Amino acid sequence: MTTDRQDTWDRARAYQGVFMQQGAVVTDADYMQQSDLLLDLYGEDIRARAFTTHDPVRGELMLRPDFTVPIVQHHMASGADPARYTYLGKVFRKQDVVETRETEFVQVGFEIFDGSDPAAADAEVFATFASILKDVPVTASTGDIGILRAAVQGLNTTPARRAALMRHLWRPRRFKALLDRYCGLIAAPASRRALLDAADPMAEMPPLLGLRTRAEIAGRIDALRTDAAADPISQIERDLLDALLKVRETAPHALTALRDIAVDLPSISTAVDGLAARLDALAARDVDVDALPFETSYGRTSMEYYDGFVFGFDADPGLNLPAVATGGRYDALTAVLGGGTGVPAVGGVIRPALVADVEGAQ
Amino acid sequence: MTLKLGVPSKGRLMEKTFDWFAARGVTLRKSGTDREYAGAVDGIDGIELVLLSAGEIPRELNAGRIHLGVTGSDLVREKLSSWDQRVVDVAKMGFGGADLIIAVPQAWIDVDTLDDLDAAAAAFRAHHGFRLRIATKYHRLVREFLRDNGVADYQLIDSQGATEGTIRNETAEAIADITSTGETLRANGLKILSDGMIHASQATLFRGRREQWTPDMRATFKALQSKLGA
Repeated sequence: MTTDRQDTWDRARAYQGVFMQQGAVVTDADYMQQSDLLLDLYGEDIRARAFTTHDPVRGELMLRPDFTVPIVQHHMASGADPARYTYLGKVFRKQDVVETRETEFVQVGFEIFDGSDPAAADAEVFATFASILKDVPVTASTGDIGILRAAVQGLNTTPARRAALMRHLWRPRRFKALLDRYCGLIAAPASRRALLDAADPMAEMPPLLGLRTRAEIAGRIDALRTDAAADPISQIERDLLDALLKVRETAPHALTALRDIAVDLPSISTAVDGLAARLDALAARDVDVDALPFETSYGRTSMEYYDGFVFGFDADPGLNLPAVATGGRYDALTAVLGGGTGVPAVGGVIRPALVADVEGAQ
Repeated sequence: MTLKLGVPSKGRLMEKTFDWFAARGVTLRKSGTDREYAGAVDGIDGIELVLLSAGEIPRELNAGRIHLGVTGSDLVREKLSSWDQRVVDVAKMGFGGADLIIAVPQAWIDVDTLDDLDAAAAAFRAHHGFRLRIATKYHRLVREFLRDNGVADYQLIDSQGATEGTIRNETAEAIADITSTGETLRANGLKILSDGMIHASQATLFRGRREQWTPDMRATFKALQSKLGA
């Protein structure tokens, strides 16, 4: 919509100034990022979202689709702890579906790597973005992927089932299909029953081709047998999980609802305590917590690397704009990029051109 | 202005397209020598024949450089994002049928469905340290299909030909390819996933968007539609 580039960069620098006042160090990232790491993290979908190009020596490269991965890499290599960063620049995304959306946009980010008080760090990031947007007509949303993660990890079922559900936390359709099967609501397909009924399914195996080994195939059949012998996940646990996913209230009411669920689902207690601590920390930063929306499922389909607190600021849906600012906690990502040792991290980004669009639409 | 009709420039697809139009009273033919890519249309006025590669027809339709085009429905879906907002399916022509499917080695007795593929991909990645590779040239269609079906931990490897051989060569673990009878797949020790049908393709007459069409072109299209019964 807005094409006033000078205005966009001016705003970006002003926002960065706010992050610098919070003690963030200005940092930067290369425009072109190695594809293999991004592909490994995000999967094939990143190829639909990021522009790829090719270098004869370096192989496939991507125009940075965000700053988070290079900033985390930079941080993990630097060894500084704690640390806080801000960055400013363009990111690039293919717009395959809504072609009127921009393919490049200026983004300003703020990231805190500090494990000393996660609730305080969450609150600081949120409150900083909220302060930038205080006079802009946007609505905040918040959620916490950590609560759903805790619930799944606490399910009374096999480790393999918990792992499969964790893996598909971000794909609600697949998640539900798996859960339905583990609850015994849908039967296994006929081909699987036939495989498991066979006395020695490996006996008549056709000649093997490719990298996947005989041992891997045998291992999966064993896993299927273990799964078939496991008790279904109880309807009680299923109902609790459904109730959990439906929580969508103002923060204090959501907290009450989650505390009620935690009575029967004690595995989420620590995560719910974390939410309570975060709300206190937000209130201490003058965020109007009583009016703050909270939704357990928020960010579940769009924010794959977040694993705790998540937030966004959106314009009126009638304007049909992407989120003006988004962010969250991504402790697990730092562990992946740090070769196993992670650092608790939380951050967010804001897109100045969208802020201008929202203000212009008033 | 004339209405440009793009038709595959060689092979069975071209011959069958010519036959299909001829059966409906529209004669398409190559003019000049057999090697020349120029064509002529008899039986209806105002249409110009353009011979080009079937793979380029979606792009040319989208750009408005041709107004009608015959190509595989798989190619339109693969090459155009939101294809149904860019071109309109005028007539399914009933030939050139082929299914875009996902196939895995027959020896994978534990894999019959997408659910199995997903679970095998997760275990494969944990075991080998990289995502399970699926060789294909239909990147968009395969990616969208697997995303809709919640399959994760895979990567696409580009394969523009002899895709069935990639597994034996250990450059991929599974393939997504076009097949009409499944014979090449079986000969290469592969089997189709029972719910792995991505798209049943056939030769289709498409038209592009009409914003730039003159009244003459619209009239010609109407006349053609009535001849084709489309």
